[in-house]
Amino acid sequence: MTLNGFLVVGALIFSIGAMGVLIRRNAIVMLMSIELMLQGANVTLAAFSAYLDDQAGFVLVIFSLTVAAAEVAVGLAILVALSRVYPVVNVDQLDSLRG
Amino acid sequence: MPDNIETHLAFWYLAAASVAASLLMVSVRNPVHSAISLVVVIFHVAGFFAILGSGFLAVAQIAIYAGAIVVLFLFTLMMLDLRHLPEERVTHRQLWLGIPLALLLAVEAVVIGAGTPEVRESIKGAFPPATVSELGGSAEALAVALFNDYTLPFLGASVMLTAATVGAIVLARRIEEHERADFPRQRAQTSAANGADSAAQAEQAAQAAQESPR
Repeated sequence: MTLNGFLVVGALIFSIGAMGVLIRRNAIVMLMSIELMLQGANVTLAAFSAYLDDQAGFVLVIFSLTVAAAEVAVGLAILVALSRVYPVVNVDQLDSLRG
Repeated sequence: MPDNIETHLAFWYLAAASVAASLLMVSVRNPVHSAISLVVVIFHVAGFFAILGSGFLAVAQIAIYAGAIVVLFLFTLMMLDLRHLPEERVTHRQLWLGIPLALLLAVEAVVIGAGTPEVRESIKGAFPPATVSELGGSAEALAVALFNDYTLPFLGASVMLTAATVGAIVLARRIEEHERADFPRQRAQTSAANGADSAAQAEQAAQAAQESPR
């Protein structure tokens, strides 16, 4: 179990999250996939922090948690507000800003 | 971090389970099942934090993510009531474009991660395990780093959370019918006021122009 193992797992989780953002069209599942990408990044940060004997990575994980919470709160509020005007959840149908 | 057989077994179990649950999360159709899979991923990532020696982060991860964020997702799913909304349609174009792109990203990131050289002793930082245990544990070491070197980012994060809370409340608030009716009237009033202002300005300018020759 070396640093590389953690980095590979973090990379895989991040890529699966990116795949979710690319192939899913449900706005809520896309937000969840973004959370998954943040989780992958968190694994990498924590692994570097532990192997470098430095707390900076763990501190950055705390900030990442904060940003994730704020992002989800605002994103879901936008979705709720949007669903009152357009009762769809598929992001491909939300194209009224297209010229 | 302990380098014994139990930790190795835990690492391989956590790696397999977290990647499998991530794949499950993006592939199941029902968003509620996606949310449950996300909880599984979050618990396993918390396990990674635990074997990396930060028990505090593992607990914080479970409390914040599983306890707050996923519950927020589930509440939103309940409020939106997906049964009455049109089904999500994943087209073949998205699959044919999305999966190869994600695979490319995965291969690149895995190659970089697997090829990262071992950490040299000379670049190790100020918190070796001895120092961490001397400070009283992972939570204390984290607090020392957070409240000494990262005080300003910490305050910034709290300001950001406040802004996000206020923003979420304002965005999700139901706009009442009389408020909605106010929008055009307000606009008309302000434009009328602007028109009056500009008329007054024009008058003043004309007076000034008359006065200036004298």
